[in-house]
Amino acid sequence: MNLALKDIRNNLGRFAFTTIGIGMMLMIVMGMAGIYRGLVDDATLLINHIGADLWIVQRDTRGPFAEVSRVPRTLVYRALSVPGVLSAREFVYHTIQRQHKGKQLRIAVLGLSWPQDKGDWLPIVSGRALGQNHFEIVVDKSLGLPLSETLKLGKDTYTVVGLTHNMVSSGGDGMAFVTLWDSQSIQFDAPAEAIRLERAARDQRGESNELFQSQPFLTQQLNLPASQLPAVATPALSAVMVKLTSTYESDRVRSIIAGWDDVSVFSRAGQEELLLEGMVDKARRQLGMFRALLTLIAAIIMALILYTLTLDKIRSIALLKLIGAPNRVILGLILQQALILGGLGYAVAYIVGLKLFPYFPRRVVITNEDLIQLAFVVLGISILSSLLGMWKALTVEPNDALMT
Amino acid sequence: MTEPNIAIETRNLNKIYGSGNTEVVAMRDANMIVHHGEIVALLGPSGSGKSTFLTAVGLINPPTSGEIFIGGTLVMNGPKPMVNVRSFRRQHIGYVFQKSNLIPFLTARENVQIAMELNGTGSREAKKRAQHLLESLGVGDRGDYRVIMLSGGQQQRVAIARALANHPSVILADEPTAALDSQLGKQVMELFRTVAREYGAGVIVVTHDQRTLDVFDMIYEMEDGAMHQNKTVHPTKAYFNS
Repeated sequence: MNLALKDIRNNLGRFAFTTIGIGMMLMIVMGMAGIYRGLVDDATLLINHIGADLWIVQRDTRGPFAEVSRVPRTLVYRALSVPGVLSAREFVYHTIQRQHKGKQLRIAVLGLSWPQDKGDWLPIVSGRALGQNHFEIVVDKSLGLPLSETLKLGKDTYTVVGLTHNMVSSGGDGMAFVTLWDSQSIQFDAPAEAIRLERAARDQRGESNELFQSQPFLTQQLNLPASQLPAVATPALSAVMVKLTSTYESDRVRSIIAGWDDVSVFSRAGQEELLLEGMVDKARRQLGMFRALLTLIAAIIMALILYTLTLDKIRSIALLKLIGAPNRVILGLILQQALILGGLGYAVAYIVGLKLFPYFPRRVVITNEDLIQLAFVVLGISILSSLLGMWKALTVEPNDALMT
Repeated sequence: MTEPNIAIETRNLNKIYGSGNTEVVAMRDANMIVHHGEIVALLGPSGSGKSTFLTAVGLINPPTSGEIFIGGTLVMNGPKPMVNVRSFRRQHIGYVFQKSNLIPFLTARENVQIAMELNGTGSREAKKRAQHLLESLGVGDRGDYRVIMLSGGQQQRVAIARALANHPSVILADEPTAALDSQLGKQVMELFRTVAREYGAGVIVVTHDQRTLDVFDMIYEMEDGAMHQNKTVHPTKAYFNS
């Protein structure tokens, strides 16, 4: 006869509510791990999808994801000249926040090197990749924009032609993909008045410069947008992505590029490490602390519940001792209840979590590894939490059954 | 060793609580012999030491000195147990208390069944025997009922069934009729006598109920921890002589 199950049958309502409570708490523990996995996944998603072997960024920066990086456009050609480089592409990446139909949209904009890169590598679930070099945009579903929706960014209007799934930045913002030129137009968009003032300032500076006085056509060029002025413009790329002819070339190509004084170079693994150690690490530690605390709280609550359940049947335990039940029967009763509580709580956590996590604002990724780890943690806290009840049961005397 | 037909024998049992100024002698030189098939009443006012004696014989509360023999085996030599007391209780002693003291989260049958299973009887066999015992005590139709759904008399019958579960050589009952009306009380006492006769167990019943004394083979009285046999009621020896 299984005394643990018989006792549970007798206190079914209370046990069920307790199980649900423990289950919800374990679900949060499970969710915390899932949020961390989601963060890591989101952070490394782009790096893994985009398929670059090397990332060339501004010297001594940890760009383009962990911090701002600016490199000149000519770096693409320099990179192409290195033996072992198969291709080099511009990479422009920035985050914007715009109002659209009364709703705030935070978008991580990524510029694609049209026409070589039309976004065919993107995980498009609906629609298509870019089909023209201007005014088309592929967005992630998380932004909530349907296909054919038009979106005004800067001075231009873009049409949504494709939808991706789970393409978000490390900050959790949905990504949008446009051509490099469009991305820069969005990035460097300035109000008309600011442009007029800037041009006037340039004219003024030009008039006082001997070079512009002797070559007046240069003054006309000053009226172009700043990003199109090769001599004076701010470097416009975030990074240059390099694909190698063979991965065996990686170290050699890296050492060549690392010799250039104006840039730093990272492998794909290095870029991932930068993101994980920099941006995600604090979140990981934060979530880890929460997980540890919640696990501890769940263990304390379980211990108190099991202790209370033991106190409730203390007379029965004394009676069992009186009629000769060995300690293993009594301890087994408490331990089995702890394991049943933990096991059912874990099942509740898993089932409710599966239903609930997709509605979380950030992606929650539940891995088998985390599930197994949590199962062992639950097993551990079930055993630990039963110790208090066991201790109480062991201290009960058979004589206590006779107390009126 | 004792005579083979002696179920319980106590020799000079003493129980002293505390020491020095706080010393209380709860039982002094208590001697009793109960034969197999015999039912013995233990009378006395509250605080006279009846329950102390009963719990000592039941291997629940060891005496300070003296000897206890059960079924001819020395089980307590002073406070020192000579056997594994929990195992011995399980195999040889049945208890019935003032309150039925059943396990509330089990049904009537399961309360009997658990005692058998703890003693190594298989679950199926224990279930069958538990049901049979309940039927023999007139509560067979209450086997699947939770304890709280049974009347006081029915609960006490279930408790008796549990006490009999492992064919004990000793049954100890502490005021088993206190919570029952007089008619039920009489029925329960007669049940004890039947059990003693049919199972050959030695039964000690602590009672205040003067109306049921004719059921007993022998009567002992306790006062201020001292025990003596009441000779005014003669033990029935017909059973042993038959």
